[in-house]
Amino acid sequence: MTVETAIGPVAAAQPAPVDTRAASLRAIYIIWYRDILRYWRDRWRLVASLAQPLLFLVVFGSGLSSSLGGAFGRGTGISYIQFMYPGIIGMSILFSAIFGAMSIVWDREFGFLKEVLVAPIDRWAVAIGKALGGTTQAMIQGLILLVLAPFVGVNLNLLTVLELIPLAAILAFGLASFGVAIASMMKSLQGFQVVMNFLMMPMFFLSGALFPLTNLPGWMTLLTRLDPASYGIDPIRRVVLSNSGVRNVDSLGLTINGHVLPVSLEAGIMLAFGAVLLGIAVVMFQRRD
Amino acid sequence: MEQAVIEAKGLVKKYGDLEAVAGIDLEVYGGEIFGFLGPNGAGKSTTISMLCTLLTPTAGIARVAGIDVVRDPAAVRQRIGLVFQDPSLDDQLTARENLEFHAFVYSVPAPDRRRRIDEMLNLLQLADRASSAVKTFSGGMKRRLEIARGMLHQPQVLFLDEPTIGLDPQTRKSIWTHLNELRDTKGVTIFMTTHYMDEAEYCDRIAIIDRGKIVALGTPDELKAMVGGDVVTITSTAPGAAAKEIEDMLGVKPARDNGTLRMEVPDGKAFVPRLVRELSAPVDTVTLRRPSLDDVFLKLTGRAIRDEEVSARDRNRAMASRWMGRRR
Repeated sequence: MTVETAIGPVAAAQPAPVDTRAASLRAIYIIWYRDILRYWRDRWRLVASLAQPLLFLVVFGSGLSSSLGGAFGRGTGISYIQFMYPGIIGMSILFSAIFGAMSIVWDREFGFLKEVLVAPIDRWAVAIGKALGGTTQAMIQGLILLVLAPFVGVNLNLLTVLELIPLAAILAFGLASFGVAIASMMKSLQGFQVVMNFLMMPMFFLSGALFPLTNLPGWMTLLTRLDPASYGIDPIRRVVLSNSGVRNVDSLGLTINGHVLPVSLEAGIMLAFGAVLLGIAVVMFQRRD
Repeated sequence: MEQAVIEAKGLVKKYGDLEAVAGIDLEVYGGEIFGFLGPNGAGKSTTISMLCTLLTPTAGIARVAGIDVVRDPAAVRQRIGLVFQDPSLDDQLTARENLEFHAFVYSVPAPDRRRRIDEMLNLLQLADRASSAVKTFSGGMKRRLEIARGMLHQPQVLFLDEPTIGLDPQTRKSIWTHLNELRDTKGVTIFMTTHYMDEAEYCDRIAIIDRGKIVALGTPDELKAMVGGDVVTITSTAPGAAAKEIEDMLGVKPARDNGTLRMEVPDGKAFVPRLVRELSAPVDTVTLRRPSLDDVFLKLTGRAIRDEEVSARDRNRAMASRWMGRRR
């Protein structure tokens, strides 16, 4: 018996050896593209996801603004709603990034993940594709809120917007990677509720989105500094408010031992967080299930 | 000698103490439609998962398209198409988008993508719905799309795990027409599991699996020849008395299942008139038929394939997917 024995017409259709690296890059692209396609097609989600930030700004923000009056801001001349506005952009990014990554759990539930995982591609490509898909969606969800700036008394210019794009991308990347890492460990939708309650909400509340992270009780100061979202939201706030006549916006910012962190360091911490979590996600995806 | 496209030797899968697959040997040849038949829990899905590199065998070896499934799973996956038991389409996307996704992750060369997608959509009669979202598809259309997808990267073997589960008989038939067509035009080898006995008859060869072991392997005719002659079934209001009479007077020992007696006889046409003439116990109905694969299974294992349990599971599955569909 020779190896060349014909086994029917398929023998002619032997696939050429596939360059796995190129295949994985294509896979990253198509996994990302699918997420964007679904995001774009689901217009209701786009609209619905704007409702929550609006509700926060209009109801929560206005309510708290009027009850705080001039007491807020300690002489920086900032109103509460101005303070909160970049925080809400951060919130939008935080929630969208984690929700976006949770589509992995949906895919698992509805079987599509199997189609992805059995494909002859490297598993790391799946993790990266999903993280980038979540990053893109979350970034758009956050930046779209910039159109509200005039209504909350914030002045933006081209430069600040250009600075905000990478900052939003970094925050989105960090949290999307975090979401992918969590989702890769979760086998069911039930776990999602747990993540919501025990990770996402604390991350949001401790991130400085709603109140300055200064003069807090010691335990809370510690927790806010451990919250990765703090390092993503603070630079966004500093840039958003840089052009709105706010005096010394940094005094409301993130400090460690009384030192204000430079924006570049904060962004670096966020990026490093994202990279580590993406690494964890890759490892989790590579385990065979 | 023909070269085997799928080979398994001593394939075993254990989960703790439980032996889901207890040593399977088989060879499947190029262009065959090979059926893996057995009740739920017999080890069908576990075996197919090992052959598809989705599960690592506890012991034994398996080669698909000449490649060891443990040593080079990626190379095996590039050469096989998979249709899972549970749906695995993105139903927010269109049929074409689902196929495009697949073409990308299976490295279908860019110039061929569109042509192959169109060809598969035509072959499986989905061309007119190519731009519709999959969520608007019927169960049969989804299955056809999954088959089209599985064939897109021109695999040597198409694996299908219960491809017709939960489909109505007409749709099941059309799926079979398509599978035959793919085998004939593309020369693909088809390996499928099923618990539908009637369906297994369409296969070129069948392995009957029970409790993790292959209990018989051959063409449907060869397997049916294992049952001696014809199958006669009677129902009676006094089955006990009838059974005794049949055994005493006609020399055949019937198998009893509640009010039904079933016996295998060499020449059914001559046996039935004698039975009716000589039996004094009341008889309500008499059925004479050629043996089916059900009878083969019954003979080999002493049990009928538990269709009751199977259909209950189908129902649950259908309900679950309907509920989830609404949630989505």
